Amino acid sequence: MTATPQPPSAKIIAVTSGKGGVGKTFVSANLAAALARAGRRVLVLDADLGLANLDVVLNLYPKVTLHDVFTGRHSLRDAILPAPGGFSVLLAGSGMVEYSRMTPEIRDQLQGVIRDVEPMFDHVILDTGAGISDVVLYTVSLAGEVLVVVTPEPTSLTDAYATIKVLAAAQGRRRMSLLVNQTRRPGEGRSVRQQLQQVVDRYVNPALDSAVRLELLGEVPADPAVREAVQRRELLFDTMPGVPASIALAAIAGRMTSA
Amino acid sequence: MRVNRPRRPSDSSRLQPPTATLELGQALQLLAQTGRPPPAGDPGSTAWLQELIDALVDLSSRDALTGLANRRAFELSLAREVDRVARSGEPALLLTLDIDHFKTVNDQWGHAAGDQVLRAVASALLDSVRPMDLVARVGGEEFAIILPNCATAFGEAVAERVRRRVEHMPVAIGPSQQITVSVSIGGAFAPQWVRSTPALWLERADQQLYRAKAQGRNLVRLEPTAVSVVSNEEKRLLFETFQFQDNE
Repeated sequence: MTATPQPPSAKIIAVTSGKGGVGKTFVSANLAAALARAGRRVLVLDADLGLANLDVVLNLYPKVTLHDVFTGRHSLRDAILPAPGGFSVLLAGSGMVEYSRMTPEIRDQLQGVIRDVEPMFDHVILDTGAGISDVVLYTVSLAGEVLVVVTPEPTSLTDAYATIKVLAAAQGRRRMSLLVNQTRRPGEGRSVRQQLQQVVDRYVNPALDSAVRLELLGEVPADPAVREAVQRRELLFDTMPGVPASIALAAIAGRMTSA
Repeated sequence: MRVNRPRRPSDSSRLQPPTATLELGQALQLLAQTGRPPPAGDPGSTAWLQELIDALVDLSSRDALTGLANRRAFELSLAREVDRVARSGEPALLLTLDIDHFKTVNDQWGHAAGDQVLRAVASALLDSVRPMDLVARVGGEEFAIILPNCATAFGEAVAERVRRRVEHMPVAIGPSQQITVSVSIGGAFAPQWVRSTPALWLERADQQLYRAKAQGRNLVRLEPTAVSVVSNEEKRLLFETFQFQDNE
């Protein structure tokens, strides 16, 4: 038997945070744009199933959504839309599925959708919901990689740490990436990572067979342009590629593509 | 049951028990057959009817063979518990249990012996949990226990107590014959601050039950509890250096 080359398959990365409002969707969308700029085929999937603000951030109100794919009214290809930053999005449609209605059928369908889009892209980014609900844990479980977005604030640190703990215990995750958003000085990302790693080493790792290792994917500085872009309903990376936050995102995308 | 209620257009909001047209014979017969006393009070009075209805509700929530909650009552309780956990944040444990090699018991000793085993296991389960816990027979030889307000640290001990109780219980299947059986137990906690679903919760407990079966039976397997609570010690360490650097 000869080895047949595997069909190219996307890296699936779940963007999560524990806490809401730390820029999860901002990171998902702008990182996607940065990866697209680097020549990659990228899809961002609203894995919060309609409760995410991806549609708002991108100023997109599609007629065909994931909901139509689930109900069989439209094909998956109809629901995959071009986003302003040169990447693709799959939106769920607002309020499509309440958390409480996350049935086994819907989970199977979500899994099916991810399997179907895998060969079509280089990166699939799952923009998950806030918190550590079963639903978030389930969508994260569909991804090969986890990116935890954290801001240098006690509340965000605590929730990121809780998320890391849960993913280590419930999914056996041992490598997780960190993106430190809204840093106030260069190098703050590194100290946030160190801080989290230190607590993980002290309280989480001793109980595990192998140690959890956190990797700093990068830091994005606090930048007034971010707020400006959000208010204008524009994608920062697309309209203001020269501002510090965009430059940082480009550097992160560069690291992701060279790895 | 047939209910003929005369129309009362002048006073439709008040519910009068139209006992004269109710056929209650079968309901009363059913209660008598299951060993329940007839409703107390004036036959036909509201209180009497309420008691009759309560008795019927109770009857329809129980498994006929073991007297445990049946699948219907279990599903209702599970849904209520999911709501309660999401609101109160108190952890709750769901155990699913399966009698090991039950088919062999039936094949070797007959179905009457199988029924004896089911009854004995049911009472062993009831004896090894708190009164507030719900023990249900959810299928042939499958049982489930909902334990509200059960701290995650105690899960393993509770499930082990149940397992050992069954293991050490002789079941009389004939005048001079006793056998012992064992159960495999799977369990999962409804995680705190979570809007989950009964189906997901049950599935997670069942996955652990399959593990217990696959790893040799007569075992307890609980889903590893993902502790999402961050202790004060953890927080102190988490913020310490960080704040220190901030003030530099």
